Amino acid sequence: MRSSLLRILALIRKEFLAVLKDPRSRFIIFLPPMLQCLIFGYAASFDLNTVAYAVFDQDHSAASTALLSRLEGSTVFQRQATLGRADDIAAWINSGRALLVVQIDQDFERDLLAGKVAPLEVIADGRNSNTAGTALGYLNRVVENFNDDWRSRHSEAGRSVRIVTRSWYNPNLISSWSMIPSLIGTLTMMGTMMLTALSVAREREQGTFDQLLVTPFRPSEIMAGKAIPNMVIGLSQSTTILLIAQFWFRIPFAGSFVVLYTGLTLFLMAAVGLGLFVSSIAKTMQQAMLYAFLLVMPFALLSGLTTPFSSMPDALQTFMVINPLRYALDLTKRVYLEGAGFANLLSDFFPLFVIGLVTLSGAAWLFRQRLT
Amino acid sequence: MKEWQAKWRRIGALTRKETRQILRDPSSIAIGIVFPLMMILLFGYGLSLDVTRVSVAVIDQDTSADSAGLIGAFKLSPYFQLQAAGSMTAAKALLLDRKVDGILLIPSDFSRRWHSAVADIQILVDGTDANQARIMQAYADGPVALWSAAQPGSGAAVSAGSVVIVSRLWFNEANDSHYFLVPGLIVLVMTIIGGFLTAMVIAREWERGTLEALFVTPMRAGEFLVSKIIPYFGLGMIGFVLCLLAGEFLFHVPLRGSLSLLCFASMIYLLVALGTGLLVSTLVKSQFLASQLAMLLTFLPAMMLSGFLYDLRSMPAVIRAITYVLPARYAVTLMQTLFLAGNVGGVIWLNLGVLAAIAAALMLATRLATRKQLS
Repeated sequence: MRSSLLRILALIRKEFLAVLKDPRSRFIIFLPPMLQCLIFGYAASFDLNTVAYAVFDQDHSAASTALLSRLEGSTVFQRQATLGRADDIAAWINSGRALLVVQIDQDFERDLLAGKVAPLEVIADGRNSNTAGTALGYLNRVVENFNDDWRSRHSEAGRSVRIVTRSWYNPNLISSWSMIPSLIGTLTMMGTMMLTALSVAREREQGTFDQLLVTPFRPSEIMAGKAIPNMVIGLSQSTTILLIAQFWFRIPFAGSFVVLYTGLTLFLMAAVGLGLFVSSIAKTMQQAMLYAFLLVMPFALLSGLTTPFSSMPDALQTFMVINPLRYALDLTKRVYLEGAGFANLLSDFFPLFVIGLVTLSGAAWLFRQRLT
Repeated sequence: MKEWQAKWRRIGALTRKETRQILRDPSSIAIGIVFPLMMILLFGYGLSLDVTRVSVAVIDQDTSADSAGLIGAFKLSPYFQLQAAGSMTAAKALLLDRKVDGILLIPSDFSRRWHSAVADIQILVDGTDANQARIMQAYADGPVALWSAAQPGSGAAVSAGSVVIVSRLWFNEANDSHYFLVPGLIVLVMTIIGGFLTAMVIAREWERGTLEALFVTPMRAGEFLVSKIIPYFGLGMIGFVLCLLAGEFLFHVPLRGSLSLLCFASMIYLLVALGTGLLVSTLVKSQFLASQLAMLLTFLPAMMLSGFLYDLRSMPAVIRAITYVLPARYAVTLMQTLFLAGNVGGVIWLNLGVLAAIAAALMLATRLATRKQLS
């Protein structure tokens, strides 16, 4: 037992040396998660900071000017041009210089004063229909405000229902507050799984794996020697992202580190297990890399990171019970933002534990198959 | 004449060897064929940016006919799935256990205040998913407006006139997100095949020492590169055709520009991707480093910073400035325009020109970096 532990320790030391000795490889383990964290934090957002638009006002009335000045007043809308002819609209949209063209007919004010519905024609660049939808949503808010104002000035105040919204855990609904905690799991999984898969494949390709086999190491010891260092590297990658979240993005941490790190350890068991699983199938580094990529890609896309999990087809949601990243995302976000404790998170801890157990023991079995 | 013949024979032989290596390695085929198919299916059927079926816990403290009517309007909306909750504590517990995404609270004075002037209702959303929370807020306007408009006596608003937005979505009247995902998918698939796969190939020859063996043959560096490009170019074009067919027959994305221009643009972008992969591979000479660098330099920009998934207009100025040095950005703009807007001269020639310049620069740099010398 003791000698077995010593052997594992020696292997762990060797593994750390192999990965961390080369400065370029140290760099490549920590730089990508940091860069990605920064880029994702700023870039991965469905909100629009600016909406470039052009105006084609045929009315030139007090009402149309009032509406347009509301657009001017908003920080998001940025007027690029005032068009004189309808023929110019196509050029502005086609070239992508304007996302929206707001067109006001000459009867606009007359219709409004007559108590009719005055159409505001908007042409949107639908090349990215999601963006166009968001921009139209913003415009809708501006128009609603204009309508409220117009009504209160030109008629008796009607009855209305006002929706007061409050948002918990992320009061200003900042995208990066939900994105960055999710990245703790996502980036760590990408890094750790590939690192694990590649480290075994590299030994296999260079022939040092065969040398390990003629030593007194048992397959389970070799596996532990591979799994533990990679889990430690994974945890330090998570910690890097956690630090960036707190000190760069200044997202307040509401939960407990004990809960978070317990969850992350279970998650990394699953990630390393998957990496070892891939490496026992792959014969070369290229295969290890590509198979790991093919596995991590759908897991990342179907975890709820970029698109809402509940919008996926039911069958796919059911199938994703095997996706460790899905639980990790839920767990990190809830611990980080909500301060959730062990009791709230059993539905994440338990599946992660099961996935970790299955992949690690599966990988151990495959290891033995390939060795003997 | 003799010299040229010998040159092409050498290229031919090396290309044959590389092609066999691809065909015999199941992982190359997996990336060339399985990956495009997987992405098409995932983006086509699995992922949706639309939020549907938001589940909401309702606390009705008013229990009047008015509050029941308003709840009824929410029930009719296809976007909401209601669940009654007795108290705030119960609703909060549901939210914490992820049974609901938000809480709708109708205060006890709702009916009284509605009959006098303005009545408040509260919507509490879980901000841990900011995007979903924001969409939910916007959805709530629908049933509220519907219900209040249907109430007698709320007609005062109509007599004052109001502005209604009549919007037309050019290039994508159906508001179908596949329309912009498929063009982006082509770029993503070609980036992976061109940049990711090739990042390993030269580094592998360095690591295994087979490149040194090639040095003693009459082969030139340029010939070596051409023989690496040809088979992977072929593999990339297979991925392109798969995406094109899926776009046409599965998702019915219109192709408004010319097909030949689309093919030409794809080939140029494929050369850019191949150039990036080969340059990385030549420079770092280690498969591990090359693979990680390729991931960072090709896949992530194509996925995150190209306008494929996240619109460039959503990004802060600094990040947007970074995207200008990334070829994927030009490729996605080009593809989206060619597919949806058609042959818009200015956009196409500008982006195509930039891509062609990048391709040429990368090829030249790779050629210069590949020297027949031992390190």
